Amino acid sequence: MADFTPHTEEEIASMLSFLGIESTESLFSSIPAAVRLAGGLEMPNGISEPDVLYEMTALADANREKLVCFAGAGAYDHEIPAAVRSLASRSEFVTSYTPYQPEVAQGVLEALFEYQTMVARLAGLDVANASLYDGASALVEAVNLAVSSRGDPGVWISAGVNPRWRKVLSTFAKGSGHKISLMPLVDGTTRWADPEPGQHSSSHEASQTNPGSPGALPESLGAVVVAYPNYLGCLENLSQARSLADRTGAMLVVAFDPICSSIVKSPGEWGADIAVGEGQPLGNPLGFGGPYLGILAARKEHVRRLPGRLVGESIDVEGRRAYVTTLRAREQDIRREKASSNVCTNQTLMAVTAAIQLGWLGASGLAEVAVASSRAARYCRELLCGIDGVVPLSSAPTVREFAVYTGVPASELIGRVAEDGFLAGVALPEELSEGRQDGLLIATTERRTAAQIEGFAAAVERALR
Amino acid sequence: METGSSTVGNDGSNSFTGSSLKEGAGIHYGHGSTSALGGAPGGRAASAPLMGKLFEPTLLELSHPGRRAWSLRTTGVPMYPTEELIPPEHTRRQPLGLPEVSERDLVAHFTRLSHRQFSVDLGAYPLGSCTMKYNPKLCDEVVALPGLRDIHPAAPAQLTQGWLQLLCNLESALCTITGMSAATLQPAAGAAGELTGLLLIRAWHEAHGASRRRILVPDSAHGTNPASVSLGGYEVTTVPSDSRGCVDIDALHASLGQDVAGMMLTNPNTLGLFEESIVDIAAAVHDCGGLLYYDGANLNAILGVVRPGDMGFDIVHLNLHKTFATPHGGGGPGAGPVAVSERLAPFLPGPRPVRNEDGSYGWEIPSSSIGRIHSWHGNALVLARAYAYILASGGDGLRRIAELAVLNANWLRKRLNGVFEIPFDRPNMHEVVVSASSLKRAHGLRALDVAKRLLEEGFHSPTVYFPLTVDEALMIEPTETESPQTLAALADALENIVMQAEANGPDAAREAPRTTPVRRVDETRAARRLRLTADMEPG
Repeated sequence: MADFTPHTEEEIASMLSFLGIESTESLFSSIPAAVRLAGGLEMPNGISEPDVLYEMTALADANREKLVCFAGAGAYDHEIPAAVRSLASRSEFVTSYTPYQPEVAQGVLEALFEYQTMVARLAGLDVANASLYDGASALVEAVNLAVSSRGDPGVWISAGVNPRWRKVLSTFAKGSGHKISLMPLVDGTTRWADPEPGQHSSSHEASQTNPGSPGALPESLGAVVVAYPNYLGCLENLSQARSLADRTGAMLVVAFDPICSSIVKSPGEWGADIAVGEGQPLGNPLGFGGPYLGILAARKEHVRRLPGRLVGESIDVEGRRAYVTTLRAREQDIRREKASSNVCTNQTLMAVTAAIQLGWLGASGLAEVAVASSRAARYCRELLCGIDGVVPLSSAPTVREFAVYTGVPASELIGRVAEDGFLAGVALPEELSEGRQDGLLIATTERRTAAQIEGFAAAVERALR
Repeated sequence: METGSSTVGNDGSNSFTGSSLKEGAGIHYGHGSTSALGGAPGGRAASAPLMGKLFEPTLLELSHPGRRAWSLRTTGVPMYPTEELIPPEHTRRQPLGLPEVSERDLVAHFTRLSHRQFSVDLGAYPLGSCTMKYNPKLCDEVVALPGLRDIHPAAPAQLTQGWLQLLCNLESALCTITGMSAATLQPAAGAAGELTGLLLIRAWHEAHGASRRRILVPDSAHGTNPASVSLGGYEVTTVPSDSRGCVDIDALHASLGQDVAGMMLTNPNTLGLFEESIVDIAAAVHDCGGLLYYDGANLNAILGVVRPGDMGFDIVHLNLHKTFATPHGGGGPGAGPVAVSERLAPFLPGPRPVRNEDGSYGWEIPSSSIGRIHSWHGNALVLARAYAYILASGGDGLRRIAELAVLNANWLRKRLNGVFEIPFDRPNMHEVVVSASSLKRAHGLRALDVAKRLLEEGFHSPTVYFPLTVDEALMIEPTETESPQTLAALADALENIVMQAEANGPDAAREAPRTTPVRRVDETRAARRLRLTADMEPG
């Protein structure tokens, strides 16, 4: 078996003798015998490294990895350059702990400072934290921040926010007691101040929905939440959301896409108080959904309420520039039950990776990725909508992702097109496709070539015949 | 400027905000700063920063207009003009302000940063409660397999049978190890697992018509416990420790009542001591209708020896980034699966991977699920690493891990006896908590000074000032992967630090560390003159 412990049997005997005990079993004498495992774990014994690799390769081979990816929905198939992979796998970054001793953690701390700077600039806001788990957890933390700071549990959230993130928000709302109202999408954009009961009952949010009369604008809210671009890939005008937040005293939380934000208005330009996002597209592999990167940026007046770690610049005793985690008094290990967030371990390595990727791309490269992805989406959309029976789900402008109806249940279509080597997209939940099952969400990245897009359109056409 | 311009001008000023980095930061840069290079930033391939005498400029300071590393695929996609792609009312006007560097400078910068970073791969990291064991390279290979790494999380079950099987196998292994019957792999870290556990407790009581408002937490618990309790919508009742460092049973009984929803417990606790009355504690909590939650931070100590399920726990979270050797990544990613007893399985988050009757794999939402708690399926690549580690170790290897972790910690306790006070001097589990309290009184040597002085000896510091129940605490967790020689060197280093202070006073330790890339950092200044981004004026 693979063994990562260094002790020889002689060394173990000598250590036991130093402790004055006979056997390793005696080390556990404080554990009541009645609950101790008599026969050890009912598991196979350990195996060698090559045997493990053989088994894991067999599992990997049972996935269809070579599909050309047209799926998005919060996870995107972007290029990860060799330099980024190589730097992000340096073991000094990979095998260190949270930077509690800044004297020996300047590498991670400075990289996080760079990450915070670049993410704040992308979001068009003043500050960013050092990462959260994923887009969903960033949304939950942002809503918690807004609700606690405004003192109002009311949350109006657009149905255009990623439905899985909304489900996570609903799950945690059971503990925090938020009152969440879902605002439907009409032709791809949010219809505010008109929560439709039908929309609620079909969604997971039902139990958390404010039962107030539809259409009534409450006097006060904690948070107004909208996505830009939204889950259907559409760009909507956020002025209405901003004014809704102003009228109700709520914070405006904008879920943004860090790639698209290089070419579309930043959350800050729309007047967001807080921006949240999924940072996976910034250099992190698809990885079957994780580990990803929760982005959270905000205006600086909220800085003392931000969840998670923050890295600040300071100096050491010799006056040299140095970085350190700061405003620590907000965090759970100090504030305990009074802390507004319980986050401890975050996704530092993914944030460091994002900083490296953003450095590799620079402003021009990031914008080029966004433009190339959008051109591919435009081309793909044109080809698909030229197929009989395929119609766009909305007329709103889209960037690198769009939704269509195909007339065939999306899960079935995805299965058929996979035969030709394409991952056709992501099936839309019925709440976002007027109760239909043939809504398909399609995304493209800068990796998609014209030949792949043409091949994909041909495969869809065959599948619909 | 539109997009793509430099953020840092040749004079060191930041054209994005118009602020001057130097003046803004108010920092003495020392010799060899960018100004010594004629004020022209933009990369320099010198490795002086790793010698600890110079700061490493930020990537933004290395930026030089017009430089670039990127190149993208030639796609043949029609070149639609950008104005056609993005309507003008949606076009970004704000400059992006990202750095412009060559790939060579990018690589040099992050490599130099890595040289300013301690890590497990460099040396012992006896950080109590964090289980900083060696992370096998084998697992790096596993997560680089394209068949795992490049799979889209929305790909349907029929295209991802390998992943689903892996997750099911891991769930099953974790249940065997903890003595539970089902698990969710969604929580991304321990704290996320705790909150998930509390929502399970809430759902259980609600399903049984009970409204309960309090959760008991020992005073020695990790800070995430009480924070999670509050977020779960419960009140914390702190249970004091007794004179032996364990839960005070009388105080526990006094705290219990019909409004208690459950109790969170770490066992072995944060003093590294096994809660010997665990069977009685479980009975007492269950008798009043509460559920018992196991904080798995210290599971490493008992692998294959005793299982939380057999102790009477109903819910267990595991820190795969501790016990199962997945690397911490400088603070994350982790993974915090939650395993439960049979009666709680219907409430688990979903969708969860399941094995179908025909032997294929799919997704299922448990009948009374509390809902989703992750954007997708959890930190999948971390889960894959942990599974590979479990396969490699096996049942026999896991048991040996616990034995050697506990042996190492006990050896250190005995060796350090007399060097430090040991408040609870009896056989411990995977870690030992010592106190610098009397050294502080007699010689002015504080736990913090010991920690900083130890950095000069090439070891990472132990955890300091935790648990809160011990004055001037140093919490030392050697883990099973350190050799007896490393333990001896660590103990010698600690002893020398103490002897030095006894002989010459605390000054050497107070001034430590002197040989690290930076010396002690002014944390008060960091908070008062807050600068979280290069654009923030320290205010």
